[in-house]
Amino acid sequence: MRWSALLKRLALIPPTLLGVGAIVFVLLRVVPGDPIAMMIPPGASPADIARLRALYGLDQPLLSQFITWLGQVASGDFGRSISLRQQVFELVGARLPATLELAALSVVLALLMGTAVALVGSLLRGTRAEWLLDTANGFFLAIPDFLWALILLLGFGVLLPLLPISGRLDPQLAIAFRTHFYLVESLLTLRLDIAADLLRHMLLPSLALALPFAALVARLLKAQLAEAEDQDYAQIARTRGFSRTTILQREVFPNALIPTVALSGVQVTLLLGGTVLVERIFSYEGIGNMAIDAVINRDFPLIQGLILTFAVLFIALNLAVDLLVALLDPRLRHG
Amino acid sequence: MRDHQISRRTMLQLAGAAALPLAAGLPLRAADAAAGTLTIAYNVNLPSFDPTVGVSAVNPTIQSIYQAIFDPYIGQAADLSFTPGLLTKWGWNEDRSKVTMELRSDATWHDGSKVTPEDVVWSLTRAADPKGGNPIQFVWSKINNFKIDGQTITADVVEFEPVLFKWMAFLTGYVLPKAYYEKVGAEGFEKAPIGSGPYKVDAFERNAFLRLKAHPGYWGPKPAFETVVFKFVTDPTSRVAEIESGGSDITFEIPYEEFDRLKAKPNLAGVTQPISDIGMIFLTDIDPMLDRNVRLAANHAIDKKAIVEKLLRGYGVPIDTLEAPGYAAFDPSIKVAYDPELAKSLLAKSGYSTSKPVKFTIQTTRGFKPKDYEMVQAIAGMWRKVGIEANIEVYEIAQHFELRARHALAPAAFYNWGNAIGDPTTSTGFAMFGPSPHSAWKGKDLIERIGPLWGEKDEAKRIGGWKAVDKYIAEEGEVIPLLQYVQPIVHKKGLKVVPQANGMILPQLVTQG
Repeated sequence: MRWSALLKRLALIPPTLLGVGAIVFVLLRVVPGDPIAMMIPPGASPADIARLRALYGLDQPLLSQFITWLGQVASGDFGRSISLRQQVFELVGARLPATLELAALSVVLALLMGTAVALVGSLLRGTRAEWLLDTANGFFLAIPDFLWALILLLGFGVLLPLLPISGRLDPQLAIAFRTHFYLVESLLTLRLDIAADLLRHMLLPSLALALPFAALVARLLKAQLAEAEDQDYAQIARTRGFSRTTILQREVFPNALIPTVALSGVQVTLLLGGTVLVERIFSYEGIGNMAIDAVINRDFPLIQGLILTFAVLFIALNLAVDLLVALLDPRLRHG
Repeated sequence: MRDHQISRRTMLQLAGAAALPLAAGLPLRAADAAAGTLTIAYNVNLPSFDPTVGVSAVNPTIQSIYQAIFDPYIGQAADLSFTPGLLTKWGWNEDRSKVTMELRSDATWHDGSKVTPEDVVWSLTRAADPKGGNPIQFVWSKINNFKIDGQTITADVVEFEPVLFKWMAFLTGYVLPKAYYEKVGAEGFEKAPIGSGPYKVDAFERNAFLRLKAHPGYWGPKPAFETVVFKFVTDPTSRVAEIESGGSDITFEIPYEEFDRLKAKPNLAGVTQPISDIGMIFLTDIDPMLDRNVRLAANHAIDKKAIVEKLLRGYGVPIDTLEAPGYAAFDPSIKVAYDPELAKSLLAKSGYSTSKPVKFTIQTTRGFKPKDYEMVQAIAGMWRKVGIEANIEVYEIAQHFELRARHALAPAAFYNWGNAIGDPTTSTGFAMFGPSPHSAWKGKDLIERIGPLWGEKDEAKRIGGWKAVDKYIAEEGEVIPLLQYVQPIVHKKGLKVVPQANGMILPQLVTQG
């Protein structure tokens, strides 16, 4: 990617976020469900209700509310959560690392599993085993992450109780973290018992997120490997007597990787969206789980903060993937 | 053919890569609850630690956690009757112009300091402050001018509120530590709350768990468990998996089918308890519910017994008024019979029949309460047989609140109504009194009947008055009471769980053996 292209992409971020913010702000206030109606005490008079509405600034015209909110956000104040009575920035900041760690582990698992299946599939090309592998892959691809979550919950939580099925770490553990990146911190500080416990708790939700993603990576990479294997450079290497495994590793795989990375970037954003239900099912304390409560409670400031956070993540991920693809593909790097 | 062969090394490398993510979990299994620890798979997250302000303060489901950490002014027994809490005595003077409260002398805060009458006065004053954010402020503001004499507190009555002391056992009725709160402030209190209840906060991971340790200075019986963990497992399927896998010792609010299945397992047991929560259908006084015949027909056409037996597997108690058995104004003599023939004849008087049905919309949640949507489907089927064609509209609970507050509910709307203090003001009162933002029926008839009861000083006359109102409502068919919910609780064998009629799961009352 050229510098000018990168600058253009960066320049588009503020208007994109402004657009997302405006849409969310208006939508929340247009769709049925009023947070004030949910907190009206039994004996409240119309004056009490009006006072409550004014307290949360919901008595102002929509445009005025939006401008006020925008000004606050610009100064780093995302408002105070109605239901949790804490600053949105603090709340999201405390939970986002849990989601990021879960998503990161899911991506790693998906890439490892998907790549392994694609490579095995390529080596088995033309055999009955390849057909079996493709069929199994289609099965994994067809089942959505939340259904995998339920399957894993029942499978490894109830029928074969090998792994914990709720939370992020064992409530019995004495914990004192400096950051909210528990896994990263425990690995860096060599608290391996804590790291192992965190991984145990993350394994089932991350697998639920990773399995459909891995199947997609496998399918795409396998197709790219097949295409690359038919290219001249692969044929030449073969005529020079290199083994198929060597050709796959050295010649075919690096070339097949570029489209896979590009598509994986898009898939990671979908995976992040999938954390909402999966975190709920495994009672995992990330922003996805928090988002469901925020919606149920019509907690406008928290919903707005969470959606803006997701938007920033999506934009950052897409940008990172584009940069990575440019790095891998010299044709893009040099225009 | 060599091209298609995989070397053993390659295969091992691939297998190793695939197995790597699983390796971390293999030697491990979901840990059983540690000795001395009680783990409860809880159905809602804890939004805030302050039990006296904000939305969570009036969420009945969270009160079990609050009552483990904080002491209410007045306690409540399993049958909804009132028992000494931090207050050992309470009452009115003869002309109801003063209240007197006696604070126990052996209560301490979790930081070791003594609970003082100043704490009680500060808590009541803070609760009465209109700017303080207490949702029940309208009750607490009915007394002021507090005076302390030893452990005795007196106050003047601004306006007589018959249920003042009942509220002291429930929503926002908690004593907080004045000195500590003033020292740390609201934010500090959220981060490190202290109370005077049987358990103190040890660790809290939002949306994940709350760990409590027994308070050594607690004035009441020593809890059986040194540590209590509330795991926030909001999905019912996950709660079932939690108890089945052994990850939790107790859970509740699960589907009745699962309750029956789980309690039959050799290592689990189940208890049920009718609780102070009812299923009902609000009727809004708009067309066609302005027609008495239609309302009464809608009432008489519903076979509540069949709904309880067939849909709820027997876990429910059919009711005929908004007062469930155990409530102060429950009157078993008020009956609304299941009589489809009567329903047909009533509709015929208004010109309706199965070939020319009266049509209206009924709103309902789906999955918010057990079998809510299915119940409404069954009711619509029963109505169809007598000449009522109901269009079912599903909405979220947040929409219900908004529509109810705007008096914009459909002619019929399914809802559940909790009343943990069992008083008629908090059931029939707020649900049916026109000026209440929570009523769907705004008719003058009820305003005139209910109005004088709010300040009635003679308790027997007050309860009698509410029973008369309930009888009138039943005769006019202005609401459709359906059933009292039964709470299913599943626990590990070897534990003794005391179910509470107010629906709370109190860890301090769970014992072994």
